[in-house]
Amino acid sequence: MGFKVLIVEDSKASRELIATTLETIADVEVMQSSSGFEALKLLPRHRFDLIITDINMPDINGLELINFVKKNPNYRDTPLFVITSEGREKDRARGLALGAAEYLVKPFEPQSLEGLLRRYLKIA
Amino acid sequence: MKPPGKGLSEFVAEANEVLDALGRNLLALDERRGQEADPDLVNGVFRSAHSLKGLAGMFGQDRIATLAHSAEDLLDRLRLGKAELSDPVLDALVEAVDVLQALLAEAARGGESPELAERVKDLSGRLAAVAAAPAPPTADPLDAIGLPPEVRAVFTEYEEHRLRENLRKGLGLWKVRAAFDLADFDQGLARLNAQLKPVGEVVSTLPSAEPGDGSGIAFDLIVGSRARREELETALAGTPGKLTPLSEAAPKAPLRSARVERVAPPDTDIARLPDPPAGRPNPEPDASLRSLTQTVRVDIQKLDALMNSVGELLLVKANLSALAEAARSGAPGQPTKSLGQELARESRSLERKLDELQKGILEVRMVPLGQVFDKLARLVRRIARERHKEIDFAIDGGEVELDKLIVEELSDPLMHLIRNAIDHGIEPAEDRVRAGKERRGVVALGAYQKGNHVVISVSDDGAGLDVDRVREVALEKGLLTAEQAALLSRRELMNLVFLPGFSTARAVSELSGRGVGLDVVKTNLASLSGIIDLESERGRGTTVTLTLPVTLAIIRALVVSVSGRTYAVPLNSVLEIISVASDEVRTVERREVVSLRGQTLPLTRLGRLFGLPEEPRARHFVVVVGLAQNRLGLTVDELLGQQDIVVKPLGGRLKHIPGISGATDLGNRRTVLVLDVGALMEEVVAPERRVEFS
Repeated sequence: MGFKVLIVEDSKASRELIATTLETIADVEVMQSSSGFEALKLLPRHRFDLIITDINMPDINGLELINFVKKNPNYRDTPLFVITSEGREKDRARGLALGAAEYLVKPFEPQSLEGLLRRYLKIA
Repeated sequence: MKPPGKGLSEFVAEANEVLDALGRNLLALDERRGQEADPDLVNGVFRSAHSLKGLAGMFGQDRIATLAHSAEDLLDRLRLGKAELSDPVLDALVEAVDVLQALLAEAARGGESPELAERVKDLSGRLAAVAAAPAPPTADPLDAIGLPPEVRAVFTEYEEHRLRENLRKGLGLWKVRAAFDLADFDQGLARLNAQLKPVGEVVSTLPSAEPGDGSGIAFDLIVGSRARREELETALAGTPGKLTPLSEAAPKAPLRSARVERVAPPDTDIARLPDPPAGRPNPEPDASLRSLTQTVRVDIQKLDALMNSVGELLLVKANLSALAEAARSGAPGQPTKSLGQELARESRSLERKLDELQKGILEVRMVPLGQVFDKLARLVRRIARERHKEIDFAIDGGEVELDKLIVEELSDPLMHLIRNAIDHGIEPAEDRVRAGKERRGVVALGAYQKGNHVVISVSDDGAGLDVDRVREVALEKGLLTAEQAALLSRRELMNLVFLPGFSTARAVSELSGRGVGLDVVKTNLASLSGIIDLESERGRGTTVTLTLPVTLAIIRALVVSVSGRTYAVPLNSVLEIISVASDEVRTVERREVVSLRGQTLPLTRLGRLFGLPEEPRARHFVVVVGLAQNRLGLTVDELLGQQDIVVKPLGGRLKHIPGISGATDLGNRRTVLVLDVGALMEEVVAPERRVEFS
């Protein structure tokens, strides 16, 4: 049984890099969206096991996306990671306060993402 | 050094796009120096620097990440109102774009030069120091309006700052709630944003967390505006937006015009260049403006259309196979004639589909010239500053599309022409005023499509060329004799400036001292089958016109025959075809010429050139070809027609035959040679000129 992960990130190269990292760790099906709007469209159509989002994006920001996901009974139980270059303490605090499970600052070590993935998806 | 891998090329492609966007927005800010900066623009530049930092960090490009980080920090302070957008700040940011571009070019090549590392260090320090003045702390007006905490929680620091700014200026804050269909909410929001933009600033777009029925979604837009409620209601008419006040606008706020008036005609983009600051000149040579990547962005619909064409071709192939089978089995009930008719029909269908496919592929290769124009705009600003000239740069026709290959090759010649216009064309402001001209010079770059060609012009309203001076210099340098000069028309004389080693500049400037001559431009143009022409008037200015084929991949050719052999002449270099009686051909300086509308046209007999037996004829067809500013008449026996051809390179011993660029298949398994007009010009015109004129 594979997992389904949504990556929300406006940089295509970064998206691919995260996707590749995930795919080498576990049997995951990665869906990519380049903006918060795209993510809003994808959410009702799939059942995701994990959502990974950036903060600084062109249409709605990542915090707004976290808020949307975490307030909605359909998605609120899906773990959500932030992977961003927004390293400020204020942003991290807000992201976590809104319900993000983890907050990773770019560039991150693939091992740290692997550890988190195993923990949240309960992979042995 | 590790060879560049796939990951690296993806990085370079995306970093390049990000950097382009950064440069474009920065340019827009620079154009309005001294005015209040558009927060969207500042935020756009910040976002680009931010993306670049993250991207470079992920791909281990530390130097780019470092510099982008320094720029991002500065931009962050700018957008949060903690620093002023002063001239030194803008200058440092513009320089950062240049250095980032150089770093990216090095990354693409896989090298690291110590000079650039030094510049990164130096510039990072300057970016940090250039605007360190902190804004005085004040009470937070956001606390005063009592926004619900759950709304405040999702604002980024920047959004909070914009809200504060709006409040400080006495603007009202409003919430606009709008519900849309899930399928197309982005279009709906875009329309809503467009209608709100003239009356206020949309600070934040919050997707409403309230669960809908799954098919719809609601958004809360937080808007800062000076407008009264009724005005906002009017702006929202026709949208699903519902208005709620968060805080009222200050009653007696002075009205500010929402639009910036443009003096330029609506279809032209005039970038007002800043007056050159007295600061340090930028010693960096101009890097090439070519893109670092070989990729083309393609609309998926275009690819779909291509896929459709392929599908239809497969269908035709299936039909043809069935017909071939029927013919082979020789079914008695199937008369040959009807089989022939069916074959003809399929062949027509095949032709049509192939035509579509060809058009589709050509379209996919097309990119707008604006890609190069934008980069040139930055360059103009920099050169103008270096040269202490006051210049307005006008761009027109950036939407005209050309083959990616040609656009790439064009950037360097255009750069040279523009530099020439600034360097030698536009006079110092004092001289202009004395001559009764506008103080600021205008350099204009324009493009339009004309049939299968694109015409690009670079013009300036500067000093212009003195035709007598051109003649004088050409004589001094021994480029031609006085007798030859006497035969040339005014236009031909003007075009002498394209000869190697020609320069009328009395003082060799720093810029032209780099060995950049018009002859290089001419050579570049010729390799693109382009034609170059120069028109100039003393005191009025100069216009250089480049005429280029839209694409090089598939060309239309004129098929001619000479002494029983068939040749193809690329039609994009054919200017016209004339018929000449043998007694009209004269001999001047040991070469055959004819007079064409008062101008002397040198002739080359193709048969003689290729060593074929010649038959005496009373009349000849002369195919007049032109490349760059040269014209040449090719004498041929017969004109066989026009055809689309794909030029294939020749191999082996045939590779180096002068005057032949390749071979093509004309159908019926007939292979003919394609003339290389550029090489013919070089072989026929240039050496003789060198020999005879020296």
